[in-house]
Amino acid sequence: MIPSGFEYHRPADVAGALSILQEHGDDARVIAGGHSLIPMMKLRMADVDHLIDLQDIDALKGISIGTDEVTIGAMVTQHELIENDALAQAVPIIREAALVIADPQVRYVGTIGGNVANGDPGNDMPGLMQCLDARFELVGPDGTREVPAREFYEAAYFTAREDEEILTKVIIPVPAAGTGQAYEKQKRKIGDYATAASGVMIQTEGGVCTAASIAMTNLADTPIWCEAASDALVGSDLGDVACKAAVAAAIDAIEPVADNRGPVEFKKHVAGVILRRAIDRAIARASN
Amino acid sequence: MKDEVQTPEDRAAGLKGMGCSRKRVEDVRFTQGKGNYVDDIKLDGMLFGDFVRSPYAHARVKSINSEEAMKVPGVVAVITAADLEPLGLHWMPTLAGDKQMVLADGKVLFQGQEVAFVVAEDRYAAADAVELVEVEYEELPVIVDPFEALKSDVVLREDTVDENGKATDGAHGPRNHPNHIFTWEAGEEAETNAVIDSAEVVAEETMYYHRTHPCPLETCGSVASMDKVTGKLTLWGTFQAPHAIRTVVSLISGIAEHNIRVISPDIGGGFGNKVGAYSGYVCSVVASIVTGRPVKWIEDRMENLMTTAFARDYWMKGKISATKEGKITGLHCHVTADHGGFDACADPTKFPAGFMNICTGSYDIPTAYLAVDGVYTNKAPGGVSYRCSFRVTEAVYFIERMIEVLAIKLNMDAAELRRINFIKKEQFPYQSALGWEYDSGDYHTAWDKAMKAVDYDGLRAEQAQRVEDFKAGKTRSLMGIGLSFFTEIVGAGPVKNCDILGLGMFDSCEIRIHPTGSAIARLGTISQGQGHATTFSQIIASEIGIPADDITLEEGDTDTAPYGLGTYGSRSTPVAGAATAMAARKIRAKAQMIAAYLLEVHDDDVEFDVDRFVVKGAPERFKTMKEIAFAAYNQAIPGIEPGLEAVSYYDPPNMTYPFGAYVCVMDIDVDTGVPDIRRFYALDDCGTRINPMIIEGQVHGGLTEALAVALGQEIAYDEMGNVKTGTLMDFFLPTAWEVPNYETDYTVTPSPHHPIGAKGVGESPHVGGVPCFSNAVQDAFRAFGLTHTNMPHDHWRIWKTANDLGLHD
Repeated sequence: MIPSGFEYHRPADVAGALSILQEHGDDARVIAGGHSLIPMMKLRMADVDHLIDLQDIDALKGISIGTDEVTIGAMVTQHELIENDALAQAVPIIREAALVIADPQVRYVGTIGGNVANGDPGNDMPGLMQCLDARFELVGPDGTREVPAREFYEAAYFTAREDEEILTKVIIPVPAAGTGQAYEKQKRKIGDYATAASGVMIQTEGGVCTAASIAMTNLADTPIWCEAASDALVGSDLGDVACKAAVAAAIDAIEPVADNRGPVEFKKHVAGVILRRAIDRAIARASN
Repeated sequence: MKDEVQTPEDRAAGLKGMGCSRKRVEDVRFTQGKGNYVDDIKLDGMLFGDFVRSPYAHARVKSINSEEAMKVPGVVAVITAADLEPLGLHWMPTLAGDKQMVLADGKVLFQGQEVAFVVAEDRYAAADAVELVEVEYEELPVIVDPFEALKSDVVLREDTVDENGKATDGAHGPRNHPNHIFTWEAGEEAETNAVIDSAEVVAEETMYYHRTHPCPLETCGSVASMDKVTGKLTLWGTFQAPHAIRTVVSLISGIAEHNIRVISPDIGGGFGNKVGAYSGYVCSVVASIVTGRPVKWIEDRMENLMTTAFARDYWMKGKISATKEGKITGLHCHVTADHGGFDACADPTKFPAGFMNICTGSYDIPTAYLAVDGVYTNKAPGGVSYRCSFRVTEAVYFIERMIEVLAIKLNMDAAELRRINFIKKEQFPYQSALGWEYDSGDYHTAWDKAMKAVDYDGLRAEQAQRVEDFKAGKTRSLMGIGLSFFTEIVGAGPVKNCDILGLGMFDSCEIRIHPTGSAIARLGTISQGQGHATTFSQIIASEIGIPADDITLEEGDTDTAPYGLGTYGSRSTPVAGAATAMAARKIRAKAQMIAAYLLEVHDDDVEFDVDRFVVKGAPERFKTMKEIAFAAYNQAIPGIEPGLEAVSYYDPPNMTYPFGAYVCVMDIDVDTGVPDIRRFYALDDCGTRINPMIIEGQVHGGLTEALAVALGQEIAYDEMGNVKTGTLMDFFLPTAWEVPNYETDYTVTPSPHHPIGAKGVGESPHVGGVPCFSNAVQDAFRAFGLTHTNMPHDHWRIWKTANDLGLHD
């Protein structure tokens, strides 16, 4: 559990980080909270010659709450997400999800940027960001671009981010007032990745669902945002028939693999149960 | 003169003796990060060792090339079996009478086995060099199933067969297959079969008690320092039995025992993991001898989980017979025990399956038979007693499941079935059918107290309603009521039948009273978190009237402490605690003579009163222990040697038999398999209670490890012998989050043969807790036809039970 040797860099700004990345290419990796990368290095599964620590870059910190959008710096920790009351007011599902990530010690250090950028299917934030239709700001040698979370994930640990880009911000549209939001997660113990987890947002008007967004975590090699599941709810009265159809659509979309948490059959069953609970809770929280 | 106005009760309270919830004196340093663990030891010029380990579970080692590794700056040596062979150290004896490779001698038998030992100036260089040692393996067929091992043509241990390929006799008698280690029997086979064959009711069940691991927070490690000038070897390490380690090191290394000093510093949890001898200890010693420099070896978490000392892995097949009314008549148990690649169980020599023959439990079972077959497989060696006396968790789980299975067969309430079969108070001392003499017990009183405390009938009524609601579609949650009544057998043990490697399992205490009336006491045991420095001082305080706060208590340094067999199997209080009381009584006897001399009366005319000797009938005439201590050092007393100290080596006449009654109430989410422990009630009877606060802490800890084992903690292998649970992500170590509120309770039935009547408590809650949690899960499904399902009851296995019973349809 001792990593091989590496050079440690600690730039003061994004430009500095980018120039180190450019200089060393594949041999360099940026590190945020390090709770994914450091274990991989200790296991010698990740070979990093140049480690670029982003913690001195102030531009990557801070949460700004606008009327239409919330912008969260990549280096904002899970703990800061939980502590921010204005954020909880604007997008309550973020606090709910962050509270089921790992444990308090990890949340003091683990960041939203690291969580979404690493491409680990076990992480909760990628699915949540797809549910919220968030965008990720990437800064590279060719400038700045935004990629929707729903288009970011390609396979486990493979994302739309280029090697020489840094994920700097997460931009989240503020859900319409009265949107019911719920994040539900089953895990074996505190600190565990999800056996199944699901983020759900539902808007209603006069008892009819006007919009819905459903995403699933750790049930495929990427997070699964399931349009068909959302479609099954939109226009419905959110009764049992519609909810069952949404769950069925989501289960069709996931591809869990067997691991120590259990076999595929179990995971699909639990995914359905967890999703239904998230849907029911989101409905209960929706107003209008 | 203030002293004289104090009542005897005040004076007794000031001593903080037995029965007092004295705060743990250890915690001052532990809570301030001032503990001194093995990895805290830093010596000048110290080198670091690290292992090259086998990625394969069974393979021939064709060659080892350390050329590239030696080029890493800072690497001093790469040691292989070929280097150890001339010293005779490439194999080492195990505690179970087998032998074990220190480093791979031509082949490897489990994943993670030690192949080469890299020694370097620092940990980083060692870790880099480990990567560069080139080992050529030839894979061999892997056997992870003990039943397959006993049928297979694949010989795992070529060193245990003769030239015709026939199994040679082992340490415990004839072996019937090259992969067979021993057969061990207790009780009467023919008689038991006859009783069962003619019984009115017979229940049968096969259960697998899965492989798990003690997983102490501190992993194993050692620092060896060979002083080539004095010829003295000092060995610090995570040793639960430092004195035995000294003797073993002397026997296998040839270094004279007086030239070896073994020190167990603070130990961060043992739970049986630190009883055995590991390759790392031997390699650090050899490397220090070779280099002339101190060498440290500390294993990491994955190495600890994968290689050092698993627990359990027992396949248990049982038959229990009874009358139609539920009176048990016979018990038959056969165990197939998976010991891995080497038999490294840590049991008393004559008990290769530990005290598995306590498996008649707390019940008056007139006829019984037990046979255990030990088997080699391609898994890590171990078989240690994880927070229990030797194999007692297995035994208690077996009987507490068999009782439930019998209750189902009889269509009877499991609490009532227990009640009508308990050994009665007047039957103690009780001779069990499998050979033990239970010292004392009052099971009915404990059981009735527990049933009343939890409102057992109310719980059953609630459960029946829940089943109805479930069937009516009103709920998807079921309720389980877990019961267990356990009898432990601890305090190994009487030298006449308990030894480890020929060392009798007595223990010891030496007490020296200083002239000013304070004291130092040293014991042959070693605390790993149990709080010995707190509790043993309390025994002395009560026995001789010196405040516990004025007593220093030391353990773990073989140059200063008296010889003892160490701390495991809840033996410290039953054995060393007894030695402590006996040594204190020797001091008290001498103090009495000194007091009598000072008071100018006959020895028999003074009597002990809390912290002093008083003249009988004249309480105003007394000498305090403080005064007596001073006199022992400054007065020439005719016929009495100066000084005030004593040592006692205590050979216990019998084991002690703590017991308890536990109840767990659990709600189970049928759709997700998630259990929610609503209530846990634990009544423990550990005899005389020395420190109620420490007892409560021990009960909490033991129950939490029981919860872990019952609900998810396992060392699992795939068919290639790969460990699937080698990190704390997959190996379940509960945190405060997963742990319920525990309600503790007690009765007191002192041990009749122990000087202070104490029985030991550290392991009871684990022993009784595992079946209690498991029974709660299984009980939830009893109404739907479940008889038995194996642990660990993790979410998916609970879900599968529900699924198999058709509860998801």
